[in-house]
Amino acid sequence: MSLLVTRGLVKHFGDTHAVDRVDFTVREREVLALIGSNGAGKTTLVNLISGLLRPDGGRIVFQDRDVTHLSVHGRIEAGIARSFQLVNLFDRLSMLDNVALAIFSRQGKTRKLMALADADRAVWEEAIEILRLFGLEAKARVPAAGLSQGERKLLDVAVAYALRPKLLFLDEPTSGVSTREKAPIMDTITSVVRREGISAAIIEHDMDVVFNYSDRIVAMHQGAILADGTPAEIRVNEAVAINLLGTTHA
Amino acid sequence: MDFFFIHLLNALLSAATLFLIAGGLSLIYGVMRIVNLAHGNLYAFGAYVTAWTLGRALAGAPTPLLYLALPAGAVGAALLGAVLEPTLLRPFYKRAEEYQLLVTFGLLMILGDVMHFVWGPYPLSASALWENSGSVSIAGNPYPNYNLVVIAIGGIAAAFLWFFVYKTRFGVVLRATSQNMRMASALGVDVNRMYVQAFTLGCFMAGLGGAIIVPSQSAVLDMGVDALVLSFIVVVIGGLGSLEGALVGALIVGVVREAGIAWFPEIELAVLYLMAAAVLLVRPAGLFGRAT
Amino acid sequence: MSTLAVAVESRSPVRRLVWAMPVAAALLVYPWVASQYQAMLLAYGLVMAIAALGFNLLLGYTGLLSFGHSAFFGVGAYTVALMVKYLNVGSMELFLVGAVVGSAVVAGIFGFVCVRYTRIFFGILTLALSQVLWSLAFKFFWVTGGTDGLRVPTPMLVGFSGGKTDKIEFLAHAYYYYVLVIFFACVASMWVIVSSPFGKALQAIRDNETRAEFVGIQVRRYRWVAFLVSGVFTGVAGALWVPLNGLITPENLHWTFSGKIVFMTVLGGFSAFAGPIIGAVLYNYLEAYAVGNTVYWQFVLGTVLVVLVLSLPTGVVGTADRLIARWGGRS
Repeated sequence: MSLLVTRGLVKHFGDTHAVDRVDFTVREREVLALIGSNGAGKTTLVNLISGLLRPDGGRIVFQDRDVTHLSVHGRIEAGIARSFQLVNLFDRLSMLDNVALAIFSRQGKTRKLMALADADRAVWEEAIEILRLFGLEAKARVPAAGLSQGERKLLDVAVAYALRPKLLFLDEPTSGVSTREKAPIMDTITSVVRREGISAAIIEHDMDVVFNYSDRIVAMHQGAILADGTPAEIRVNEAVAINLLGTTHA
Repeated sequence: MDFFFIHLLNALLSAATLFLIAGGLSLIYGVMRIVNLAHGNLYAFGAYVTAWTLGRALAGAPTPLLYLALPAGAVGAALLGAVLEPTLLRPFYKRAEEYQLLVTFGLLMILGDVMHFVWGPYPLSASALWENSGSVSIAGNPYPNYNLVVIAIGGIAAAFLWFFVYKTRFGVVLRATSQNMRMASALGVDVNRMYVQAFTLGCFMAGLGGAIIVPSQSAVLDMGVDALVLSFIVVVIGGLGSLEGALVGALIVGVVREAGIAWFPEIELAVLYLMAAAVLLVRPAGLFGRAT
Repeated sequence: MSTLAVAVESRSPVRRLVWAMPVAAALLVYPWVASQYQAMLLAYGLVMAIAALGFNLLLGYTGLLSFGHSAFFGVGAYTVALMVKYLNVGSMELFLVGAVVGSAVVAGIFGFVCVRYTRIFFGILTLALSQVLWSLAFKFFWVTGGTDGLRVPTPMLVGFSGGKTDKIEFLAHAYYYYVLVIFFACVASMWVIVSSPFGKALQAIRDNETRAEFVGIQVRRYRWVAFLVSGVFTGVAGALWVPLNGLITPENLHWTFSGKIVFMTVLGGFSAFAGPIIGAVLYNYLEAYAVGNTVYWQFVLGTVLVVLVLSLPTGVVGTADRLIARWGGRS
């Protein structure tokens, strides 16, 4: 079953076709890796689907519903959430507040002016539970600005996850962290995703991470999809080997 | 037709001073990314210095000497700027915008009272130059020659600035700094020196605006605050940081003010503020601004 | 204790009330121990505190620096003066309702325009729009009295007029308490607002606009609501201010008055809830003292501002907090 389908998605910046007529699919309950060299159009594709950018052409269908012209807010309500490559957090708020905010927003409670946020036990319990899932509960009260890069990366994912999406886009969740930290981060993320039965589409440069953790791999090159298959298929794909692995392993 | 011509001259007259003040404000913003709220009082300072020089120190001196001493206010404001930038503004470049605005707001208050202290609460005038310059007859009405001089000075200042910014080495460095301070710094530009020079030049322009206005109007304490808001309108319309924008903005504001005084005096100022707000809505970077 | 208990309990309102109760008590007995002049001066301070509290919802919590809050203060004040002039109203409650409606309408319109921008453009846009109102009040003198302004008599408070009491006596006692009650109400409701899920959303917008959008917060709409609430608080302050001052002139609409509101907020510290309150009261004393002792009071205030920004960037409250934390940490 397809969760998300794009048809002929196009985005250009000036003369560059960042995304060039892309037909892209995410299935239900899968961990998908999106690979490609810098400038291949991966992040632009995610930006188009998550609503950060408006496409110049094509359609985005999520759960049989056309979301091409939906606002960011509307897409989040529909069940699409994302994290960012350069960690995007509320730096002066605590970890707990970061996650709680996403829960309040999901429940439509951020419209409430005359209710104390702290009095809403259910939200805080859920927030703590999510931090625990991501192994972050020990630093719940620390402002996001005071965390390590690895913790910030995980918190970024936790905030997106707190929106209870059906599809989670993760833009390089392990970039900027040490090799030693990569596996624990990916273990945490994929176990949460698999247990909740949601889908994740992960942009990733580290091929070991990609082959170890994904069910399916989509390779992009110059704004178009180059290959689409299981890790085993991608490993032996000649086009991928020439255009991508050559550069990424170099 | 002649009636129209007089209005046009008056519009150019107010555009000339406005260009000098707003151009200075915009230049400083363009290079340093600081909106200097004290800028209005540097203009007032220039006016006071010239009023004092012409009206007191050189009272009774022959007209050519008075003309020669006219730029005293510009030099005074430039010197003041050269002292203020390294001492008061430099500590704030790395701080948030709010603090920069506040420190210049404090400076606005301080400078206002310094002028109050030095020159007293009463208007200071130096009208001899205006009176001695005589008038020409336009449509049967006398039009002061001095106003024509002001318009000419405004035009010359604009031409000179254009030359300075686009045709000199200093201008190249200045434009490079305004586009990318880090890059300019990496290429060996002494950014601190650049900043003090740009700030001094901006203050010189404001001071010159004050200096040339003073023979026809007295220097008064409120003039800085009022001029500041008008020059805000100019730079918002033209685009913060753009000299061409300041010129076009000053011309537009000059024309609208003149038309306003003649035909819709009650809402003249409101129209100007609304114009600024409308431009900001349609083109946030102003007519000539770079999108950032 | 569980992590949750630690995380939530430690910022419970109880600890704040420990601080707030003695202050409230002192404010209640003040008119009995202080001179009429001092009581009136404090009333001015409390009124400005309401204005600054409203202003800081934008600066401290939403990250928007308005240089146009004089507009809402002035609209609140002029609404009262015009209600007296044209409708012959004398009830303070009606004045407050009028000011709330008036400032809400103006803030709603200004906000709609201004929240599209942030940073310096937001500041200039608010300034330009507030100057529109200033120039109208200045030029339409047959309505607004021009630079002479409009006089406002002492109002009726909850149906009671001051009767034969001396005007100063009335302002220093009955009116002081009226202001105090509204002040408490405003502080309490602002505290709830900044502690509400909505308040958290504003802080999120302040910290990271893009991410706020991507947790589903409609950034512009929230900014607009914050702008509206902020303007109404400042409008209420304007309405309370007029009877105290007896006169409203375009000066209170001028952008330099907005600058004063910014000044007091930064003086107290915009990162702390109590910052604008303490800043406004302090500023009020500072200004009264400076104006009373020298013609060069602007020089004094300007110097304070520059020194403050140079040496105490977190304001009085922020600095005090830090000192207390350091002292507490050592002992």
